[in-house]
Amino acid sequence: MLAKLFRFKGGVKPQTNKAISVHEPIGRAPLPARLFVPLHQSIGGAPNPLVQAGDSVLKGQLIGAADAWVSAAVHAPTSGRVLAVEEHVAAHPSGLPTLCVVIEPDGRDEWIERRPVDHHSLPPERVRELLRDAGVVGLGGAAFPSHAKLTPARAVAMEHLVINGAECEPFMTCDDMLMRERADEIVRGIAIFRELLSAREVLIGIEDNKQEAIAAMQEAVLRLAPDYRVVAVPTRYPAGGAKQLIRVLTGKEVPASRRSTELGVQCFNVATVYTAYRALACGEPVLSRIVTLTGNVERPRNWEVWLGTPMREVVALARPRADSSSFLMGGPMMGFEIPDLDAPVVKATNCIIAASPALFPPPPPEMPCIRCGACAEACPHELQPFELYWFARARNFGKTQEYYIFDCIECGCCSYVCPSHIPLVQYFRFAKSEIWAREREKQAADAAKERFELRNARAEREQAEKAERLARAASAKASEKRAPPDPGNKPAPESAPAVDQPPAAAGEVAMTAGDAEAIRKAAIAAAIERARSQRESAQPRNTDRLSAGQQREIAAVEARRAARSTAATAAASGTAAATDSGGAAVPPAGSRRDD
Amino acid sequence: MISALAIMALGAVVLGAALGYASIRFRVEGDPLVEKIEAILPQTQCGQCGYPGCKPYAAAISAGEADINLCPPGGMDGVRKLADLLGREVKPLEAEEKPKQIAIIDEQTCIGCTLCIQACPVDAIVGAAKQMHTIIEPLCTGCELCVKPCPVECISMQPIAENIDNWKWKYPVFEIKRAA
Ligand code: SF4
Ligand code: SF4
Ligand code: SF4
Ligand code: SF4
Repeated sequence: MLAKLFRFKGGVKPQTNKAISVHEPIGRAPLPARLFVPLHQSIGGAPNPLVQAGDSVLKGQLIGAADAWVSAAVHAPTSGRVLAVEEHVAAHPSGLPTLCVVIEPDGRDEWIERRPVDHHSLPPERVRELLRDAGVVGLGGAAFPSHAKLTPARAVAMEHLVINGAECEPFMTCDDMLMRERADEIVRGIAIFRELLSAREVLIGIEDNKQEAIAAMQEAVLRLAPDYRVVAVPTRYPAGGAKQLIRVLTGKEVPASRRSTELGVQCFNVATVYTAYRALACGEPVLSRIVTLTGNVERPRNWEVWLGTPMREVVALARPRADSSSFLMGGPMMGFEIPDLDAPVVKATNCIIAASPALFPPPPPEMPCIRCGACAEACPHELQPFELYWFARARNFGKTQEYYIFDCIECGCCSYVCPSHIPLVQYFRFAKSEIWAREREKQAADAAKERFELRNARAEREQAEKAERLARAASAKASEKRAPPDPGNKPAPESAPAVDQPPAAAGEVAMTAGDAEAIRKAAIAAAIERARSQRESAQPRNTDRLSAGQQREIAAVEARRAARSTAATAAASGTAAATDSGGAAVPPAGSRRDD
Repeated sequence: MISALAIMALGAVVLGAALGYASIRFRVEGDPLVEKIEAILPQTQCGQCGYPGCKPYAAAISAGEADINLCPPGGMDGVRKLADLLGREVKPLEAEEKPKQIAIIDEQTCIGCTLCIQACPVDAIVGAAKQMHTIIEPLCTGCELCVKPCPVECISMQPIAENIDNWKWKYPVFEIKRAA
């Protein structure tokens, strides 16, 4: 306990308001009438749905499989029937919809077969896979898939495993209560992570305003793993930021451009460790999480809530007072206002705060920056928020990057201290998302340019080949004129692309370019005419007169497409969609025209 | 006096030779200005600027033949960046700015004529003769060049809807109090 602690720069000391929600033990929230389980709950890829409307699912059944290494699986929180796989408003500041699996619980809460494993007997890669398939992600709020953080760097030995129980955000007590009540499981979970990373030392950092949690963890550590160190860290926001906690406990400063594993440290939240333990030792995937309900409510308390429960029903458990004007997800420093209470609880929902004008008075109007420098002093990342603000406001995004805007963790310390009440973090969020959008556009433009150039090169090559062919055919014809005509002697029609030579012209090799063009135009005109008359007579359908098998296939394709329409992000998925909907007979454009 | 002049003259000759050599040895291939301009253009390759693609337009701007406000997909943002790069006045765009769009083929109506494939400058359409065609959404630049050639008018342009992945934080708008 006498370890030397370090200090991180900056930080603030807002009123913690934590005491109100720790009087009662963690409660178990009832099952709602409908669960809306979003498929995309973690950073990284969006899992593909594995169920469809009408299926019945068991508790813990996989409903969305991880589609990439940085992605995590999603499971049914209880047994019941899948009503739909559809868009539903997301727990996101935009209030936009995301693809959800809607489950109607049957009340039996019947488990799928659980397979506890002994992680000692498995190779580390297998354990990481199991964690991914159990949907274990960072529950501190970032929801980064944990298995992806569990690979030690090759070059550097893992020195410290930092377990984050600091919970510095005001109002939030979910980690505190978890440590008080389930310390044993946390400590056992730490053992798993420690083995995977072969970390030399384990440091459990808890802010010194959580004495009960510290005592509970110390007691569990003494019994189960006496060489772990439980360290009380001074209460100062944002001590629970991964980089800040690493700095306080180990003295190591993690540069923005590098990952902490490269410095031999890694940091996990206590709740993450707990779910990892449940996943391996009990075979239970992540189906619920602990959510603090607090703020302007009658009954502030922590609840274990099923993922997918609409926030409206969760909030009702705490009985918000009548003057509650809005609800925040996450803490008052880093959280956001929930645009729609129909949004479901997800893995990142650590806290819901009922806000009222009395509790969070509306911010006074923004005043001009007086360059007092208070924000720079408070910034834990030693940035210069007033410079960032200036450039973000002027939409000078290149400059914001020169001032390291991407080092900003959006902790809100700068806005908190600013005497001019400038909502600095909002400017930074705006600037960051603009920069990302531009980056995406730039990438798309570069890709388009490349494809355009490739296409031009191909067109040139084809033109040259065609000219050569025509010349050859013309000379053949000239020599033929002298010899008696013999159809068998004719050179075989070139295997030109169908688009270049309409059927009528296919056999005529000696056609001059002008004739070919005329015939082609005529053929196209005829096709247009046919198509138009067809269209007029009846809505043409290339799906008429299908066999039952084909119809089934089309239904499956349509379902897949509907499911994918949200995830039109990756080019890969786009290509897959194209080939899917085209059926097996459609080769990609490039190969078709190169034959 | 003479020796001083001789030294200066010698210096001039040596430095001149060095410069001349450097200009041949380190010659820059291609026109760097055209490349810089092209990097700003959106690569939609739509030809709305009156040139057959973004690169020709970039070349025309760099040669001083074209104005900087002719590219509608680039929008006012593009004009501003070009003005910055070239030190010219910012001008309003020649055409109206449109939200970003992509083309959608009504696959029930497509007759498989392959005409749109030939029109698409970035190979964003797949299909084969007499087979249904479809557009690979992430590759489509929204240039609208495929819309006209379609004989059965089954291609339409649709604005890209906002979703969680492309959603952006808005510019903060607050009342600024007049300093008393
Ligand atoms: S704290 Fe506010 S007023 Fe002071 S320098 Fe920073 S932004 Fe400007
Ligand atoms: S929000 Fe960003 S700039 Fe402001 S104090 Fe936190 S890290 Fe620094
Ligand atoms: S208008 Fe713009 S996008 Fe279209 S070809 Fe010209 S420069 Fe390219
Ligand atoms: S699909 Fe149509 S709109 Fe899209 S890039 Fe190709 S030609 Fe342009």
